[in-house]
Amino acid sequence: MAHMLGLFKEEEAAAAANATEALEQAGYTNENFEILTGSPYPEGSFGEREAKHKLYVFPFLGALLGFSAAMLITGATQAAYPLVVGGKPILSLPAMTIIAYEGTMLGAILFTVLGIFFESRLPNLNAGIYDPRITAGYIGITVQVAEERVNAVEQLFQRAGAADVIVKR
Amino acid sequence: MQQRVVLAPREINADLLKNALKAPVWYWGIMALLGGIVLVGSVTAGWLFNKGFGVTGVNRPVMWAFLIVDFVFWIGISHAGVMLSAILRLSKAEWRRPATRAAEVLTVFSLMIAALHPVIHAGRPWRILYWVFPYDFSRGLWVNIRSPLVWDPSAIFTYLTGSALFVIVALIPDMAVIRDHTTGLRHKVYRVLAMGWRGTPRQWKLQIVAGFLLSALLLPVFVSVHSIVSWDFAVMIGVEGFHVTIFAPYFVIGAVHSGVSAVVTMMILMKWMFGWGNYIREEHIESLAKLLIVIGTVWFYFFFIEFSFALYGQEPQEVGLRELQAFTWPFWPLALMFILFSYIIPIPMWLFRRVRRNLPIMFVTSLMVNVGMWTERFLIIVPGLARKQPWTFDWASYHPSIVEIVLVITAYALVFLLLMIFAKLFPLIPLFDIKEGQTLSDEIVIGRRRVPALRVEE
Repeated sequence: MAHMLGLFKEEEAAAAANATEALEQAGYTNENFEILTGSPYPEGSFGEREAKHKLYVFPFLGALLGFSAAMLITGATQAAYPLVVGGKPILSLPAMTIIAYEGTMLGAILFTVLGIFFESRLPNLNAGIYDPRITAGYIGITVQVAEERVNAVEQLFQRAGAADVIVKR
Repeated sequence: MQQRVVLAPREINADLLKNALKAPVWYWGIMALLGGIVLVGSVTAGWLFNKGFGVTGVNRPVMWAFLIVDFVFWIGISHAGVMLSAILRLSKAEWRRPATRAAEVLTVFSLMIAALHPVIHAGRPWRILYWVFPYDFSRGLWVNIRSPLVWDPSAIFTYLTGSALFVIVALIPDMAVIRDHTTGLRHKVYRVLAMGWRGTPRQWKLQIVAGFLLSALLLPVFVSVHSIVSWDFAVMIGVEGFHVTIFAPYFVIGAVHSGVSAVVTMMILMKWMFGWGNYIREEHIESLAKLLIVIGTVWFYFFFIEFSFALYGQEPQEVGLRELQAFTWPFWPLALMFILFSYIIPIPMWLFRRVRRNLPIMFVTSLMVNVGMWTERFLIIVPGLARKQPWTFDWASYHPSIVEIVLVITAYALVFLLLMIFAKLFPLIPLFDIKEGQTLSDEIVIGRRRVPALRVEE
């Protein structure tokens, strides 16, 4: 199998969209090719399917864990060292609530960030074919093709208006 | 009307990575100067730890002074990041794009520096661990969670962790840009930092969703942080001027006032230092000034309510404190400076468009706000403690020692130094955000005018 990358100039976004359409007509599905850009484009600009994710679950899970940990720490430490200060109760709920609030938010934030990495499939230092021109504005389309179809896909990219086509075997 | 400048991604990379890839000579001069100040400050802090807290001007009953004033001040500055980044991001304000990163980074560094102050103020910083973190398993001693001095570190820790992660997540695509524009060791380092970012639609979608989600999560934390800082004072029932019910919202809005003013100062400095005229334009400063008029006025309302309600009860202790704050030497000149600098001078000036678009005037007036807001914190803390309280049997005035003055100056230098180091390693304006703004920008012609087109979400 060969990995191919078709590079289109920034102003040729329409050409990149045509290339993905041509790839689909040639029998490649949305799962076979990937779009690479140096900045976010409106979803579906190149005919790609909407990316599904479950990021919204992560903060809830983190919040639950954070809240439980904070209540456990505040409750258990006070119970373990029951020193009455100023006649206040040992398990002072208003004070515990403040720390539990911070614990809840900390858990939610930490899990959200973990979720971002997980759902973005990062870190992945050897993710596949890439070209530094992507971050300079070029639009890349990567596709995995069988050896005997490399020439056909290369011509497909060039017909669509690719500025360059890279093949990695 | 926005004055849009059309820029290609290559130009944006070149402009915004200019300092990170090859810093000019003056940059190293500033670094040397700031490094020198920080060195002097570090030696001073070492001296304080060695000799004890007696080298400061702190004395009974004024046990909180310059270092705590500075702590509250820097916590306030840290509210700029989330206020701008989160609220403007959630409201999809286009003009946020060049301001968000600088504001977020300012948040992280000012929070770090703020947290240093109570550590130094403790006199024996190594003992702080015992007081604020529940970790002393061997001796069975645990922190007193009923004390705001424990709530405070938990809030700051959450805010600092969240803000730092917010910055790091948004930095990943920009680290990929630096990775692609460097060679050798730097390329290897940025390759690891970019974590294999390629810019797939999935990664971009997650990046955008992450921005909104983290903004929404950090907003309640940001409100809680300065509320809890205010409770360091407000739950103290024995000190007039501290035990105030509206302190939490008053502190939060005051923090936003000083924080957003600091972002204005910083953005103007960035424009002047790095020549980013195409990115930080007059319209951005004007929008921030308009926002500040609203924030400043709300803050002034809270100040007015706090001060007038204190007098309304005609309690001799409370009236005496207000007299001390506003009419007694050496506090009255500070009170005058505070009110003039924080509100009376800048806000009416910002009502004029010519002023809002005049960068030198905006630079000076935004600095004035922060001088005023520092003085406000001083006037809350020091006169409140200096006044004789019931059950306080000895009292004295407060004069800052040279040690405290040096430490306060060092804090400014350290924040500036950290920002300059950041600017050498990463772009202070988010590249992908600016590029996205360029991609989504469009204009339509109406008669003889070209105006920005509205983008309708499908």
